[in-house]
Amino acid sequence: MTRYFTKDHEWIAVEGSEATVGITHYAQSQLGDITFVEVPAIHATVGKGDSASVVDSVKAASDVYAPVSGTVTAVNAALEDQPELVNSEAEGEGWLWKMTLSDPAELAGLMDEAAYQTFVAEL
Amino acid sequence: MSDTYDIDLSDDHEGEPLGPLSLPLDDWHRARGGRMVDFAGYWMPVQFEGIIAEHLWTRTSAGFFDVSHMGQLYVSGEGVEAALEAVLPIDLATLPVGGVRYSLLLNDQGGILDDLMVTRWSTGFYLVVNGATKWDDIAHLREFLPDEVTLNHLEDSALFALQGPKAAEALEGLISGEQSLSSLSFMRGAAFKLGEIEAWISRSGYTGEDGFEISVPAENAAEIADLVCAQPQVKPIGLGARDSLRLEAGLPLYGHDMTDSVDPVSADLLFGINKRRRTEGGFPGADTILPLITNGAPTRRVGLLIEGRMAAREGAMVLLGDTEIGTVTSGGFSPSLERPIAMAFVATEHAAPGTSLSIDVRGRKLAATVAPMPFVPHCYYRKGAA
Repeated sequence: MTRYFTKDHEWIAVEGSEATVGITHYAQSQLGDITFVEVPAIHATVGKGDSASVVDSVKAASDVYAPVSGTVTAVNAALEDQPELVNSEAEGEGWLWKMTLSDPAELAGLMDEAAYQTFVAEL
Repeated sequence: MSDTYDIDLSDDHEGEPLGPLSLPLDDWHRARGGRMVDFAGYWMPVQFEGIIAEHLWTRTSAGFFDVSHMGQLYVSGEGVEAALEAVLPIDLATLPVGGVRYSLLLNDQGGILDDLMVTRWSTGFYLVVNGATKWDDIAHLREFLPDEVTLNHLEDSALFALQGPKAAEALEGLISGEQSLSSLSFMRGAAFKLGEIEAWISRSGYTGEDGFEISVPAENAAEIADLVCAQPQVKPIGLGARDSLRLEAGLPLYGHDMTDSVDPVSADLLFGINKRRRTEGGFPGADTILPLITNGAPTRRVGLLIEGRMAAREGAMVLLGDTEIGTVTSGGFSPSLERPIAMAFVATEHAAPGTSLSIDVRGRKLAATVAPMPFVPHCYYRKGAA
């Protein structure tokens, strides 16, 4: 499994043509207490960069963009009752949706973990 | 992720070429892990450990807020009372020394330029105005107050709030003065020594809880903050929780729930216009406002309880069926009620508590019910009643 990151602070963990998407630890720390997550519809088709989900914190609502194009295959039902999982387990149990990739070549434009950490350190 | 849709912590402040300014506790906040944001032209802490934790701490114990961005003014001189009554819809004849009263700065059209607190000191009046509007307020007051009346901007004073059910208990052991803290009821103030420092302390605030607002010399700000926050009941609280606390308390925020194009009747702030002035008039905008008091205003500020978990925020459209009947002016998640709440301006005929409405949030319709405010009961300290 390979994990990639976007400059908009999403992560995507890819295994073959399947992937899991969430927001990064850094993103959740900037948002503060998350109170609601609007996940995409299962079977929805998303294009790279489309707003696929919305994360609501006490402060504000923020779009989560699809890191790559594809089709949503599952959403994290646990977030309905425990949106705070995105705070406590942003890069694990707090995942947002799973998807199949329609164009794996899009992954080439994303950062690896080291590059993302460098990117965040400079913010 | 995107930038935020809105973060209504940032008040409008136009035409300021310089970056944010630093307040006396700037280093103090940073040393305690405060996340600093530009608010009303100043660097201020939006949160320390987290908005929900800070909010609930204030509701159950005591929160320390730095509100030194607010404008502290002192107005004095011959004829000051009549001069202030000419610019504010306040009845100063019924305000004793040490009394604190909520009032409104109005324009000639009846729009709200600011809301403020007015305290009678033995020699003049102490005013506290909003940070984002203070420069305009000062200019406005200087223009309309006569030459015999002097307005001093108390820029060398810091202002703190200590709010919550344990605020009195935390402050009690730290102060000395001619009167006891327990003799100070809601909306009363007095001079005390806080530690060794001269402080003006009033029993007032912006959270709905019992608590105090504390004015001290800016040079002693960190010392006072250390002293107060050393009490086990007290933690520093950021602007984020200040906003969620005041929303639950049903208290409007200037620039959002009231503006210069909103009148006090629509804003449900009639208590800011004292009884005698409602009949006598003689304040800016009275020609517009007095008929609204008699006949009602076409729109009204209401509270909305929202179903589900998704919050509605400023600017969201309020609907009755498919018809737009209003707009959300403040909204967010209520940590105490664990559900989203909002304030909105709606057509008066749909403003009755219990009315079922909906709110359009990014194309989704959220069910909402008009609810009486405050959303969370006020717990003010009223002598005799306590």
